[in-house]
Amino acid sequence: MLSPRRVDPDGDLASPEPPSPGALSRALLASVFVIAACGLVYELIAGAAASYLLGDSVTQFSLVIGTYLAAMGVGSFLSRFVRAGLVARFFEIELAIAVLGGVSAATIFLAFAHVPASFKFVLFGFVTLVGVLVGLEIPLVMRILRDRLGFRELVANVLSFDYLGALAVSVAFPLVLAPHLGLIRTAFLFGLMNALVAAWALYLFRAQLAPLSWRAAQVGTVIALLAAGLAGADRLTRLAEEGLYADQIVYARSTKYQRIVVTKWREDVRLFLNGNLQFSSRDEYRYHEALVHPGLAALPGARRVLVLGGGDGLAVREVLRYPDVESVTLVDLDPEMTQLFATAPLLRTLNRDALLSPKVKVVNADAFKWLEASGEYFDFIVVDFPDPSNYSLGKLYTTSFYQLLERRLAARGLAVIQSTSPLYARKSFWCVVTTIEAAGLKATPYHALVPSFGEWGYVIASRAPYVPPGRYGPELKFLTAEIEPALFSFPKDMARVPAEVNRLNNQVLVQYYEQEWKRAPVE
Amino acid sequence: MAAGAAALLASACGGRAAPPLPPGALLAPRHELGHRLRDGGLPRATEHRRRAVVIVGAGIGGLSAAWRFRKAGFDDFELIELETTAGGNSRAGENAVSAFPWGAHYLPLPTRESRAVRLLLADLGVLKGDPDAAAPRYEERYLCFSPHERLYRDGAWHDGLVPLARAGAAERDEWRRFQDRMDGFKRLRGADGRRAFAIPMAQSSRDPQLLALDAVTMRDWLVAAGFTSDAVHWSVHYACRDDYGCDYRHVSAWAGIHYFASRDAHAQDADPETVLTWPAGNGWIVQRMLERWAPPLTAGALVHRVEPRPRDVLVEAYLPGEDRSVAIAAQHVVWAAPAAFAARALRPVDAELGAALRAFDYAPWLVANLTVDESPRDRHGAPLSWDNVLYDSPALGYVVATHQDLASRRGATVLTYYWPLCDEAPADARRRLLSTPREAWAERILADLGRPHPEIRETVRTLDVFANGHAMACPRPGFVWSAARGRVERGAARVHFAHSDASGFSLFEEAQYRGVAAAERVLASLGVRGESIL
Repeated sequence: MLSPRRVDPDGDLASPEPPSPGALSRALLASVFVIAACGLVYELIAGAAASYLLGDSVTQFSLVIGTYLAAMGVGSFLSRFVRAGLVARFFEIELAIAVLGGVSAATIFLAFAHVPASFKFVLFGFVTLVGVLVGLEIPLVMRILRDRLGFRELVANVLSFDYLGALAVSVAFPLVLAPHLGLIRTAFLFGLMNALVAAWALYLFRAQLAPLSWRAAQVGTVIALLAAGLAGADRLTRLAEEGLYADQIVYARSTKYQRIVVTKWREDVRLFLNGNLQFSSRDEYRYHEALVHPGLAALPGARRVLVLGGGDGLAVREVLRYPDVESVTLVDLDPEMTQLFATAPLLRTLNRDALLSPKVKVVNADAFKWLEASGEYFDFIVVDFPDPSNYSLGKLYTTSFYQLLERRLAARGLAVIQSTSPLYARKSFWCVVTTIEAAGLKATPYHALVPSFGEWGYVIASRAPYVPPGRYGPELKFLTAEIEPALFSFPKDMARVPAEVNRLNNQVLVQYYEQEWKRAPVE
Repeated sequence: MAAGAAALLASACGGRAAPPLPPGALLAPRHELGHRLRDGGLPRATEHRRRAVVIVGAGIGGLSAAWRFRKAGFDDFELIELETTAGGNSRAGENAVSAFPWGAHYLPLPTRESRAVRLLLADLGVLKGDPDAAAPRYEERYLCFSPHERLYRDGAWHDGLVPLARAGAAERDEWRRFQDRMDGFKRLRGADGRRAFAIPMAQSSRDPQLLALDAVTMRDWLVAAGFTSDAVHWSVHYACRDDYGCDYRHVSAWAGIHYFASRDAHAQDADPETVLTWPAGNGWIVQRMLERWAPPLTAGALVHRVEPRPRDVLVEAYLPGEDRSVAIAAQHVVWAAPAAFAARALRPVDAELGAALRAFDYAPWLVANLTVDESPRDRHGAPLSWDNVLYDSPALGYVVATHQDLASRRGATVLTYYWPLCDEAPADARRRLLSTPREAWAERILADLGRPHPEIRETVRTLDVFANGHAMACPRPGFVWSAARGRVERGAARVHFAHSDASGFSLFEEAQYRGVAAAERVLASLGVRGESIL
């Protein structure tokens, strides 16, 4: 190595064959711009991820910014202890920021999904580390530049490029980066930019950064890592989501109406809609046998069946066990849902090709609207909607809805309504019973144990008093004549409680449901 | 860097480059035609015909008169309306997404005194069973669905409209005391045995002690009664803006209390506070009345002369499309248009009536309909409701046209935004209303709605604005029980006043009562027998 031409107080700045001083300054100032942009972007990503995952954006942003600024202060303070090897330290810090910043979003999301208990620790750990490193960076750059520019010019230039970089990112982040690239990709992209600054520094100061090959290998590794992350960002997103669902995701899709996720672990297939479990293949037969057979087995000669909701075709599968049934109309809002359960081999095995049966007609429409417009009559109607967890779904459990249902019921017809859990949501369950009665129908409540859900409730609605069938097909796995009386008997802890009638203009059921499930045990 | 970090709060939490202003139209009443009435020089009639009754104005007053005539089996009448569509303050519009109101959007449960309203609702299938029942049953799908209303304050939506979310015990106590006081007024009867505050107002007590409330402003009355909290003052001010389009500092205390104390109706399966509503607002009632009773209607015509004569009344109407006038010799005229128009058309008019007809102040209103691709979404706080009110806003907030939709999924909808311009004198506000371009109003509306809904600008497909310079009569202090209003109520020979102006404030129930009462007076003098439904 050649001896320095001029002695630098920090030891190693001047090089025997430097690039022209002007070009070097420009290069360093350009890197200030990039560094500032990257620094701000990590802060924004952490703030946005925290408000996305935890809600309450003002609090999350304030906490992230506060921590980040404080960490930068610590970094600036620490920079005084960097005495020798300024350029080498700058190179190392830049690479460290590239790695930490680049993987920050992916790590934060994965941590939320897989180690939720230590999520905040991971989040603020990243914010602090990146903050400290960014805080170290700018003083080092200023010291590197000190001898090339006058102090006044130095401060002015460095600070303006710092602010310009921040400005560029603060505009680009909400407009381009977050909506189009997403947080995980944005982080990798800016990590790459930090790594490129490090590579550039390596080139500019190659004379002072021995051993060159080792450092080049470091830069190369980091760039390769970040590029791989950028390319695999989709996979990482799925990995984060799989943590939220315990098992392996075999199908995931956001439709116009909902997020459909199907998971599979060994033989257990599960369907989630908007994150809520709809069935587990290990015990769905219990749910669907109890839903369909107490009603349909009591209707010898039933020919026309209507299924509202239940786009998975599992209720239809049970209905098709009755050879006398001539037609099944399935009304489900989401065409992608019925399409999925009519085509995917795994799911077709589950519903035994129910949706492909020539007897089945699939209608994709809003059930309330469809019912209002319909002029058909049905011997048996299955109402299998999601629980009344919001005002939109609550409409489907009102007197107005049951009055429409009554109009479509044949003279001796029956309807069955899935009615949430009489154990966890006791008042909600009896509210459904009360509402059906207020609509002028006889209500016969019953329940069954479905391990995935717990104790589950149903109500049969009819004009004439309903009499249980007393016999069930031998092919059923759960229902038998022997256990039938237990279905219709309510133990003390699920016995009837007074509830108001659920109407469109009061929606008391949604309020009951919200209160009760808030208290319910979490599986 | 610190400055950059602070700037990011602004950029991450809202500030974005604004997309272009959504397209839309500026609608207004037909001023040019109305001004021709003022300026005169309209052609004299070229066609003459006879008719027993001419109804001028096809708002709720005029349509109710027509409804009453049909109920009596009396068909020798016709309606003439200045605007191109019927409805008046209950007018409505419709596009591919939904019907929506351009005016009144709901009807409170009718009281027992509003018997004609109950009968009309029974005719339309809204009220089921006995209309005289203490608590009648209403069709569930016309009762406002839950959730009804919410208030946006300090960055969050709260249930209900009373700003009590952060109130202390003292403020809550005062709100309860205010409610108790209003409940007292609900039960109160005057020395003449009548209810202190009734709808229709004509059935209210004339006890001078009660009418004295008309002399002070609502705000002064509150202060004198010891009400000082924000919850009470904000709510009362909001109520006055909502029902009368006026600041509570300019509303008579009698009218202000009437808002809270006159509505004591009950329904079988609904809270007393529940209202009846439809996507088109009260335009739904207008549409059903037009379909059911098909009154012969000439729309877009200007009645410019109403001349009582010894044996009949001459009505001259100008048809702008044909640039000619027709003259109708009628036995009676039911005047169901604003008083200000009568002051110009009626001739000769005695000085007292002329002055009385000119004594009305009208509140200017701005109503906007925003067609949005997606219903507003909120991740926190009270969910999207029928009525969504902003605490710190000169406007009243917005209602959701598809709220009464049975479908579970919320998609595109129409938001109707109401803004009574009551922060300055009506004439000044009217000038501002009529001289401000749609684009400027649209910017202000989007800025106001952008506070709770930062994404609103990107989701608005069209933004239409209706500038109504003379939307409703102001019940300013001293006016409701003034001699002038009483004079208008009495009308002139063969001319029966049937507009809500006769009551001094613009309510559906008042307009309907005036229309039915006028029709019954006409029927009586024409010798058509029948019992009053009032």
